[in-house]
Amino acid sequence: MADKYLDMVNSGFTATLAKKLGLPRPARLRRWSTQTPLLPGPLLVLGSSARAQALSDTLVSWGLDVRRNDAGGAKLGGLILLLDELTHPEQLSPLMLAAGQAVRQLVPGARVVSISRPALATDEPAVAAVRQGIDGAIRSLGRELRAGATANGILLTGDAEADSPSVLAATHFFLSGRSAYVDGQFLQVSGNAGELPESFDAPLAGKVVAVTGAARGIGAAIAATLYRDGATVIVVDMPGASDALSKVANRVSGTALQLDVTAADAGTRIIEHARARHGQLDLVIHNAGITRDKLLANMDAGRWDSVIAVNIASQLRMNEQLLAADLPGLRVVSLASTSGIAGNRGQSNYAASKGGVIGMVRASAEDFAANGGTINAVAPGFIETEMTAKIPLGTRTVARMVLPSLMQGGLPLDVAEAIGFLAWDASQGINGQTLRVCGQSLVGA
Amino acid sequence: MATPSVRPAVVIGGNRIPFARSNTKYANASNQDMFTAALEGLVARFGLQGQRIGAVAGGAVLKHSKDFNLIRESVLGSSLDPATVAYDVQMACATGMEAIGSLANKIKLGQLDSGIGGGVDTTSDAPIAVSEGLRQVLLELARARSTKAKLTALSRLRPAHLAPSAPGTGEPRTGLSMGEHQAKTTRHWGITRTAQDELALASHRNLAAAYERGFFDDLMTSFNGLSRDNNLRADSTLEKLGSLKPAFGKSLGEEATMTAGNSTPLTDGASTVLLGSEDYATEHGLPMLANFVDFEAAAVDFVHGAEGLLMAPAYAVARMLKRNNLTLQDFDFYEIHEAFAGTVLSTLKAWEDEEFCREKLGLDEPLGAIDRGKLNVNGSSLAAGHPFAATGGRIVATLAKMLHEKGSGRGLISVCAAGGQGVVAILEARN
Repeated sequence: MADKYLDMVNSGFTATLAKKLGLPRPARLRRWSTQTPLLPGPLLVLGSSARAQALSDTLVSWGLDVRRNDAGGAKLGGLILLLDELTHPEQLSPLMLAAGQAVRQLVPGARVVSISRPALATDEPAVAAVRQGIDGAIRSLGRELRAGATANGILLTGDAEADSPSVLAATHFFLSGRSAYVDGQFLQVSGNAGELPESFDAPLAGKVVAVTGAARGIGAAIAATLYRDGATVIVVDMPGASDALSKVANRVSGTALQLDVTAADAGTRIIEHARARHGQLDLVIHNAGITRDKLLANMDAGRWDSVIAVNIASQLRMNEQLLAADLPGLRVVSLASTSGIAGNRGQSNYAASKGGVIGMVRASAEDFAANGGTINAVAPGFIETEMTAKIPLGTRTVARMVLPSLMQGGLPLDVAEAIGFLAWDASQGINGQTLRVCGQSLVGA
Repeated sequence: MATPSVRPAVVIGGNRIPFARSNTKYANASNQDMFTAALEGLVARFGLQGQRIGAVAGGAVLKHSKDFNLIRESVLGSSLDPATVAYDVQMACATGMEAIGSLANKIKLGQLDSGIGGGVDTTSDAPIAVSEGLRQVLLELARARSTKAKLTALSRLRPAHLAPSAPGTGEPRTGLSMGEHQAKTTRHWGITRTAQDELALASHRNLAAAYERGFFDDLMTSFNGLSRDNNLRADSTLEKLGSLKPAFGKSLGEEATMTAGNSTPLTDGASTVLLGSEDYATEHGLPMLANFVDFEAAAVDFVHGAEGLLMAPAYAVARMLKRNNLTLQDFDFYEIHEAFAGTVLSTLKAWEDEEFCREKLGLDEPLGAIDRGKLNVNGSSLAAGHPFAATGGRIVATLAKMLHEKGSGRGLISVCAAGGQGVVAILEARN
């Protein structure tokens, strides 16, 4: 249904008609391909930063046509705003107004990325004001952009600079088609650790990854995407889903492990399988999850407890086993949900579990960092899956077209891309965060 | 020419689809569908995608003639390297055992580094042949050149010819079904109804318990909406089994003991087992569950009444034990295929019988009794069902895993087959 509508408003007579009628016209999003350039046009860099030149040099090395502060009248594929040196809200004016002019030159599928610093309670009030103000301004710009363009921000924390590996990794992700459905989001990046991949076409080469709940939907897309990016994939799901699971395993040349994630030794069994078959374990994706929706007034223990058991308690237990196994550099990415941020009618149990995931990754970051690893979450918004296809048409249409700035649902692939990015070696400075993949939905904004 | 040396053949693991009673969940699945599904689950479990396996061997007892290359066609439909050799094997219910045993031998000799053996059967999607009369008419029609000759051929057609001829489990030389044959044997050995029902109950309980503790999680891949054998009756009781009417040996009247409860039902399903040399397993980071030590086939003259149809394994075991210098008690697990509860109990009784062991097996002493606590401890065919050619693969993979879990010891496999044949094997645990 979504695809049909997308086709209709993007081609031929129906496109003209939709325009005249003022119907929402979601754009075809620019997604990742090794065959297309990183950006669909030149990149304008506005503003200044201590390491601006080094950043610019790296961008050029990625094959980008980089213009510093002046693009003339050229069409632009992207815009980077360096705002990390601002100390007062009055200083925003020239940069934001210049950005406003540049936005007129953006081509479809363009990207806007700001680089700034988070506002802290310990900041001078004026400094905190401009930093927090950037948050509001960039999110607003995201809502104004059209034709599949997005705006996201990178927040430098600690000793991170504009050319730190993790900042470069985040910049690459936000500029690329990998972030197609990530819009209006800020990602905190700290430190100077991490190493950029030899090739962004295979940033997970040599990595062994386990994906739970991989038999279908988002899990199957995660397996396929991480495989595309060079990883060896272990797909994990319930014995009852093993038919579908083996098909996924065979598509990604991986191994299938039939396992109930709520089993007491689930984490240990994943580790043992990975070590025995593949010699290592570098990444675990906690994707297995269930919904048992009911208004809280009608909720029963069976529904509540099973959702908590599968969606969060199992992850807490597996994480303990993963930490105890002392796996150097282990990355964990867990599936949260915008329901866990904004709440959702009929999903108090689900939201408790998914909000739980967000709390868990924040509180586990230090433990994973101790061994050179990270733990993060990805919170999908409305994603087109078999599960969401069952939502009544009216509700679905609102969720898909009205709420997100991008006026469409995301694909399982979009969630998988964000997960892959968080697993890169270069993303080591991103830890304890929850990255939303929601097309800048109003929900939870 | 280099002399081939003998090396261990190792059972790495297995995969089967759940077994389904005839005309239930797999009613529309073909042998090729099912074997491919079992194979694909094995490939997925062990990451064999794109690999050229030494050989894939297996077969089906009930097979369409169009499936002459059933296993090769399944391989071509799988994720294995299309350059993987495959061939069909057929030895009735011992098809799977013969396929696996032969592959093990080739691995031992160094001819193969890896092999996949197994089998499949469907009694739902069974081949139906035209009647012999119609077949003769059609063949003559094809040979006829002139219109007159064609008409002559057609004129021989009779309404009765149109009745299709479905395959049965009857023995061609005696006309008796397998159940009727076993009923004779069961009576000969004086096996009681209660003893048979108790064995059936144990089979269901053991299989149900194995499922409960997740034993089959790495032995099985769901198929067509089924993730457990649907013949399994976890809540069966002696009372329920005792209430069933006799299904075989009805001519015995009150003395008839064989029911649908203590006989295996017609079943659809498929199984596979991955075997390899130690080097193959090590190189690919694969587990080594058990060594496939030896196997032996035997056949008996059931046609002239010298022996029961399904008693050949009793003979094969005696020969195999002697060759391996073992006694019947030197095993930690016994996997005796439950074609009928009566088959298992008759075989056990024969091994304990001095006269049988002396006269028939040529032994000075009986082979003796086994510890019944070691028999079919995770259930067998009475509970799981018995898709003829798939049973061998089910048993080998199950036993290999049990031995590996125990970490030591030996297991004995015994599978009887139509035509008065049987195949038995010895597996040895690897840590």
